[in-house]
Amino acid sequence: MKFEGISLGLKEFEKEIKVEWKGKLEYEWDCGIALSKFMEGLKHGKILARKCYACGRIMIPPRMFCERCFRPTDEWIELGDEGEILTFSVSFVNWDASRRKKPEIPAVIRLLGTSENMGILHKLGEVGDTLEEVLKNVKIGMKVKAVWKKEKEREGAITDILYFKPIKRRK
Amino acid sequence: MNVYIIGIGLSPPRKISPEVSFREMIYEAAEKAYLDAGIEPKDVDTFVSLSEDYEEGTAIFDEYVPDQLGAMLKPVHTICADGATGLASLFAQIKTGHFKIGVLEAHSKLSNILYHSHVHAMALDPVFVRPLEINPYFVAGLEMDMFLDSRGYDELDTAYVVAKNRTNALLFGRSSFGSFISPEEVLLSESVSDPLRELDIAPNADGACVIVIANEEIAKERGRDLIKIAGIGFAEFTPNIERWEGDAEYLKVAARKAYSKAGIKNPVKDIDFAEIDDTFSYKELQHIEALGLVSFGDSAEALKEGFFDLGGEFPVNPTGGNIGNGNTSLMNGLRAIYDAVLQLRGDAGNVQLKSPESALIATWKGLPSASGGVIILRREG
Ligand SMILES: [Zn+2]
Repeated sequence: MKFEGISLGLKEFEKEIKVEWKGKLEYEWDCGIALSKFMEGLKHGKILARKCYACGRIMIPPRMFCERCFRPTDEWIELGDEGEILTFSVSFVNWDASRRKKPEIPAVIRLLGTSENMGILHKLGEVGDTLEEVLKNVKIGMKVKAVWKKEKEREGAITDILYFKPIKRRK
Repeated sequence: MNVYIIGIGLSPPRKISPEVSFREMIYEAAEKAYLDAGIEPKDVDTFVSLSEDYEEGTAIFDEYVPDQLGAMLKPVHTICADGATGLASLFAQIKTGHFKIGVLEAHSKLSNILYHSHVHAMALDPVFVRPLEINPYFVAGLEMDMFLDSRGYDELDTAYVVAKNRTNALLFGRSSFGSFISPEEVLLSESVSDPLRELDIAPNADGACVIVIANEEIAKERGRDLIKIAGIGFAEFTPNIERWEGDAEYLKVAARKAYSKAGIKNPVKDIDFAEIDDTFSYKELQHIEALGLVSFGDSAEALKEGFFDLGGEFPVNPTGGNIGNGNTSLMNGLRAIYDAVLQLRGDAGNVQLKSPESALIATWKGLPSASGGVIILRREG
């Protein structure tokens, strides 16, 4: 079937009169007590959480107050850098919606020692370069471990952890 | 059914607040307000939060609101509005009878914005105004020029506002923006967008404020400090700066509504003092006239004669207004409510007025808006 009309491409749109604006929207957010300590921990290869004595939850990212009990949290707890995958996705699109060949694999990881459903969002690595490989290598519930930047390169940011990789078990 | 303010909490305005995140700052204000109201967050039926995504640097900011207020899985709505408009929205919910206790929250982390003028610019018309690429303070400069000219006022007149409010803030003792400064010294500050000078502008500040309101039954059960919301009104004019008349039309409409609800015939006689938006010095005089506290063209003379001073006939901004406490954007109106409640309870320390029974609060959404609202509070018993 043939449709009537004119097909519009970028060229046609460029002919229209438009107004453009590029604002300087830049921020420097205060991390405050909880997140500053968390980021400082990352710089030293530590993952720090806060515990609420009222509900017993160990929270990560840490908070100085418990949003469920509405009271201050009580204690800093250092967690290991191993955990299990709660959910993951395999992303094939760049920011501009163009296709990527090698996917990014965002995942929610529950660190061992935290409470149920208290995961952190990060990326998976060393699990393959194609959808088939990733799906073969990654399963929900799988155990993973953080791969850190070299100590000298760490700057107190979530990216001080490069990604999480599967923990290989001996057969 | 009447609605009352039963609790107030403040994380005080200050120049910077690197020691706390916005969450921790709001949590502090919320904890204080709930303690003051004698409630727990589980007792709250509905929440209204005021914020502007460009100021937060986070889109869909309403998602970030519930945790630090104890509002998870409760009705929460976030609006970009001035304090009176926000309170009116919460007030209306209580009036339906479906909600007993409501919480209003606003905060500022303006110190986290690297180029505030660019955030202001995002509010200007992208086709007609933004391409001129002038620092958005010019909007206040234009309006101030028109306001002064139409009344035959000069820059010394508005400098008196700065001197009064900075001095009040110093006396009150909460803010770091307080100072003994003379109107003549104000005129020595640098021009920003003539006739607007640096000291005519309320300095940006961070802070958080939470207000708890409740229906009559809850408020009377609680007993002490019965502060009634006796009247409320709000209005918006046009975003077209070139149509502004320099008279704060939005407040004229809002005041008419609030006065009629509260049964006020003569505001200066029927009300004891006011918290009036002074984000720019001329705004205080412009708002005073729009509120009908004095006639057109009479505010500057009254100010100079001390009519609006702490010891004057009708004190305006006894704790220092925004010029004395800092500009906390959408939180300005909540800080004003907070300070008005302190006065009505007799808790205003060095700037306490003699047993005031009613307060007028006039809020403005800030540059470059033409919207605002009016609240009348009355102490009962
Ligand atoms: Zn808890």
